[in-house]
Amino acid sequence: MIREAENIVIQTICRLLIPFIQLFGLYVIAHGHGSPGGGFQGGCILAASVVLMVVAFGLKETKRRFSEKLVTMLSSIGVFIYAWTGWMALLLGANFLDYGSLSTILPVDSVHARYYGVFIVEVGVGITVMAIMISLFVDLVTGGKHEEASE
Amino acid sequence: MKLLALIASIITGALLIYATTDFPDWGDPNSPASLHVSPRYIQKSMEETAIPNMVTAILADYRGYDTLFEETVIFTAGITAILLIRRSLK
Repeated sequence: MIREAENIVIQTICRLLIPFIQLFGLYVIAHGHGSPGGGFQGGCILAASVVLMVVAFGLKETKRRFSEKLVTMLSSIGVFIYAWTGWMALLLGANFLDYGSLSTILPVDSVHARYYGVFIVEVGVGITVMAIMISLFVDLVTGGKHEEASE
Repeated sequence: MKLLALIASIITGALLIYATTDFPDWGDPNSPASLHVSPRYIQKSMEETAIPNMVTAILADYRGYDTLFEETVIFTAGITAILLIRRSLK
């Protein structure tokens, strides 16, 4: 169970660390093309920053930023982005998930349309993984009650 | 009955272990996977997708369908956890 820590050292260090962890998560998602990384890994790093936020500032403060509604919506929006990219290719007259055809709506040639199609898809994966990780963590750690343990 | 199940699993396990001796060696350049699938990706993935990271190109482009449903599996797992554990609905 989570109790509010109220420790100024922990809170100050976390306030400094969390933005950099989130920046690194975004970097891992965005740079999955050129280096090891991608949606799954980056999403987990982003979720880890929220877990740290829960540990340092308590559940109530975190849910002010990442409410239950928002997290549940984000988890399905990620899958939607991925499937929508596939359907978009289908609507443009190619096979499902054939990103090359996205060149008709993106201002690039068909090879680079694949590059950006993969990027859109990775962002979708990252959003879903992040939201599901947060939702699992909060559910498991509070026993599904979504409230902090009383002292 | 338990003894029968144990004998059956030992026989199946022995057959599977026996079958592994027919596998190609680790990293064998003449194994079927290394003969036509891997060289195709190594030679063409950069010019076909413009993605420098071959792993990402295979994961999200050549095997995009697989990754879509990998994501769906994670989504389903999360939704199942919500349905089973969460009790904060008002």
